[in-house]
Amino acid sequence: MIIPFDHKLQAHCESGVTSNLLRHYGLPVSEPLAFGIGSGLFFAHLPFVKVNGVPGTTYRIYPGQIFSNVCKRLGITYRSEKFSSAQKGMQRLSENIERGTPTGCQVSVFYLPFLPEVFRFHFNAHNLIVYGQEKNIFHISDPVMEEVVQIEAEDLQKARYAKGYPEPKGRMYYIEKAPAQADLETAIQKGIKQTVFFMKSPPIPWFGVNAISFLSKQIKKYPQKLESRKATLYLGNIIRMQEEIGTGGAGFRFLYAAFLQEAAQITNRPALNELSQEMTQIGDLWRNFAYSTARICKARTSDLVSFEELSQQLLQIYHREKHFYELLGKVYS
Amino acid sequence: MKIEEVPQDKKQFKDGDKAPKKLMYVTNQDGSYTQKTSAGWEAENLALEQAWQDIDEQLLQSKEAVKNGKSSPIAYYMILNRMDIAILAKYVGKWQWQVKRHLQPSVFNTLSEKVLLKYAQAFNISLDALKNVV
Repeated sequence: MIIPFDHKLQAHCESGVTSNLLRHYGLPVSEPLAFGIGSGLFFAHLPFVKVNGVPGTTYRIYPGQIFSNVCKRLGITYRSEKFSSAQKGMQRLSENIERGTPTGCQVSVFYLPFLPEVFRFHFNAHNLIVYGQEKNIFHISDPVMEEVVQIEAEDLQKARYAKGYPEPKGRMYYIEKAPAQADLETAIQKGIKQTVFFMKSPPIPWFGVNAISFLSKQIKKYPQKLESRKATLYLGNIIRMQEEIGTGGAGFRFLYAAFLQEAAQITNRPALNELSQEMTQIGDLWRNFAYSTARICKARTSDLVSFEELSQQLLQIYHREKHFYELLGKVYS
Repeated sequence: MKIEEVPQDKKQFKDGDKAPKKLMYVTNQDGSYTQKTSAGWEAENLALEQAWQDIDEQLLQSKEAVKNGKSSPIAYYMILNRMDIAILAKYVGKWQWQVKRHLQPSVFNTLSEKVLLKYAQAFNISLDALKNVV
């Protein structure tokens, strides 16, 4: 069975899957809207959570949140399931396809043969849509691919049952019932309020806008604390999280700016348009930061001055973002 | 980022030339948002290339260490599969300290067929390949 499905290339896997699934059910919600309503924007730096010896940095909220937030806020009935048995997980997926329900899956990119080797690391928070099955071949709409692709059942099973954080455990999610029309205005308000809350309020340094200032302080210490090979890897990982797979550029900041612009039109609030412009500028600062960081990586330098400069650039971004969330919070106060 | 600034820097290492185009959100002249695809950006390419260079260096070193009897083949295949001890331990259903021990050749040589098979499965190779790094 192959469900007729309209695949569209998107910037980010989860907001892309969400937008593509919603369109299938007749709700034309763009990727930026899905990202904003789903409160996708975030920042965290976790020096104690290391993957391959490198501290974790993220520019987005944790996996699964965007889809469930969007569904709840738009009044969509959805289901998200995990199965400890891989056999059962694959069987339930097949049943879904047979019933004509395109189904989102959390997978590891390491086991996706349609991606080039160069991207295939143990990154377990990728999302794609399964929309068809013919014997042991599954038809896939992966939002970061220009065209639809196919995958063998064995590979898909491995990808769904990959180990390591965040473990997919065969998680699949799908829409059961969507309303004919959705109240976008209220959903936008809820999405924005949660993002402001998550960015501004964590009292610990590793999450939200404070984590940007925290990372700025950490980077300053790299030349004394780390050998240059390590420092280069630490910095390189920050760039990769910001730009590599599916962020729409500048660690989702451009995607969020696009959301604010669309939200300004829908809600008729010009203030959101001004904030969109500010977020675009903040995104440009993040791009400059990535560019300077890459230059230091290339030179493999432990030159104190260059690390100090990076730290300063981040501190500037921290101040701009902090001010931004204060203004954004006021729009709905 | 403005639409005319979207970089088109291809990845010139590994199979990076096969990388799918990425969708970027960028602004038009009048500041309105639009989309444009990008082949890649030099800053991002450099970070990814350096991560691979690091893996390749580690791979060479571990191959040498296996040859000199300083580590077991598990160490080599772990790096080949871009894993660390934490993630490998999950795949084989062992504690991290157990996997660490299995990286020693003297311990590796005493491992049962059953345990070796778990490692071979995690690396998607045969038992024979697991015992002989080439």
